[in-house]
Amino acid sequence: MATTYFTEDHEWLSVDGGVATVGITDYAQEQLGDLVFVELPEKGRSLAKGDAAVVVESVKAASDVYAPVDGEITDVNETLSSEPALVNTSPTENGWLWKMRLSDEGQLAGLMDEAAYKKLIS
Amino acid sequence: MGETGTANRTLPLEDMHKAAGARFGAFAGWSMPITYPAGVLKEHLHTRAHVGLFDISHMRLFEVKGPGAAAFLSRLCPLDAADLSLSQSKYTFFLTEEACIIDDLIVTRLADDRFIVVANAGNAAEDEAHMRRFLGGFDCTLEPLDRVFFAIQGPEAEAALARAGIDGSNLAFMHGTEPQPGWFMSRSGYTGEDGFEIALAEHDARQLAGKLLADERVQWVGLAARDSLRLEAGLCLHGQDIDKTTDPVAAGLMWAIAKPVREKGGFIGAEALAKKIAAGASEKRVGLKPEGRQPVRAGTLLFAEDGSAAGGVTSGGFGPSAGHPVAMGYVRTALARPGTHLIAEVRGTKVPVTISSLPFTPHRYRKG
Repeated sequence: MATTYFTEDHEWLSVDGGVATVGITDYAQEQLGDLVFVELPEKGRSLAKGDAAVVVESVKAASDVYAPVDGEITDVNETLSSEPALVNTSPTENGWLWKMRLSDEGQLAGLMDEAAYKKLIS
Repeated sequence: MGETGTANRTLPLEDMHKAAGARFGAFAGWSMPITYPAGVLKEHLHTRAHVGLFDISHMRLFEVKGPGAAAFLSRLCPLDAADLSLSQSKYTFFLTEEACIIDDLIVTRLADDRFIVVANAGNAAEDEAHMRRFLGGFDCTLEPLDRVFFAIQGPEAEAALARAGIDGSNLAFMHGTEPQPGWFMSRSGYTGEDGFEIALAEHDARQLAGKLLADERVQWVGLAARDSLRLEAGLCLHGQDIDKTTDPVAAGLMWAIAKPVREKGGFIGAEALAKKIAAGASEKRVGLKPEGRQPVRAGTLLFAEDGSAAGGVTSGGFGPSAGHPVAMGYVRTALARPGTHLIAEVRGTKVPVTISSLPFTPHRYRKG
């Protein structure tokens, strides 16, 4: 069963069996506005927590999405190359950004659960 | 459009924008509605299809009045103000002695001895100081006007205004008038569409906005779409595409300076401008069409195919109507021909861009 965590940078991670699916929250997509381009990373790339992994571009500006934990990218959401707006319309489902195999599950302890995240953005 | 710095001024109609669900951001010292709940893409497309209502009260209007008003403006701008017909508007500049652009403006003649100058928000204080520095030598007065300022833009702008009780049908593009006491209305804009700009007192503005928004063709549109609309239309943003380091020759804006005015001179910057015209520009402002979907933003460096430096991007983003990224910037004159291929370097990735003629989206002005 997947457990979902949140970061202060407005990302979500859904962790299941040592693999995290990562995306941005509904709050984040609303702040960014309509996305027109998503620059996806290479599969197999190793990320350290805080590395810029993805660039999401709205009509107005480019913003980095950072790796919330250490790990290796196992998959990226190729659909976003042609449909970047999925991040706006379905940020926590079809608009996921990448999947990564976690190198240190202990890092998850430093993240927020949904209740704590909701408090942060309220 | 730098959404930077702090905003210490709020729009008189801020409560209306809040009620409409606007997201605010800082621009030129003002807290401005950047987007409304529809979002920048829909707001942009709505303006091109119907009518966008923009609150541009951050922009500054000045009234120049007196027997010396035309002479004053002809000294400060590369413009023969005495030659403007009544109600005619003209896009022009304040230039430095070096012929660089302090601000771009629209001057409208309302009477023989009375003109309205519309200036950019970010330059309003400098513009006023600049005008006051020279005012003493002329028999005229300068008064900054305290008004709410709307842009009503889009193919149905005239019809929507008519339903709101304002007849704009007799006003041709780049003309301005005073339809009611204290109002200034011109047929102009910053979107490439037909449209109007109306300056009026706050009380009247609230009434007009209410009437306009009751029309389903009219929607609030924020600063984000204002920027994408003007970029598609190939229009310059002062502070980005033109500034005190660029001149009208390199910026490709010499169409705004009539030949007799260039020849006669007499305006501030005339000598330097004549020299620049004679020497030719070493770089030119161009449209840039990036290949693919990735936007190429302001500040991006451009390279020729042989790897040599070509220039840089001054405005860039995505064009919702064009359906692809759009940008403009300056490149070496030898590389400025439409169709020339260049390389933009975006975060280490080489993005091919093609020099494109401007505008990206054809202008649809209503020329009398």
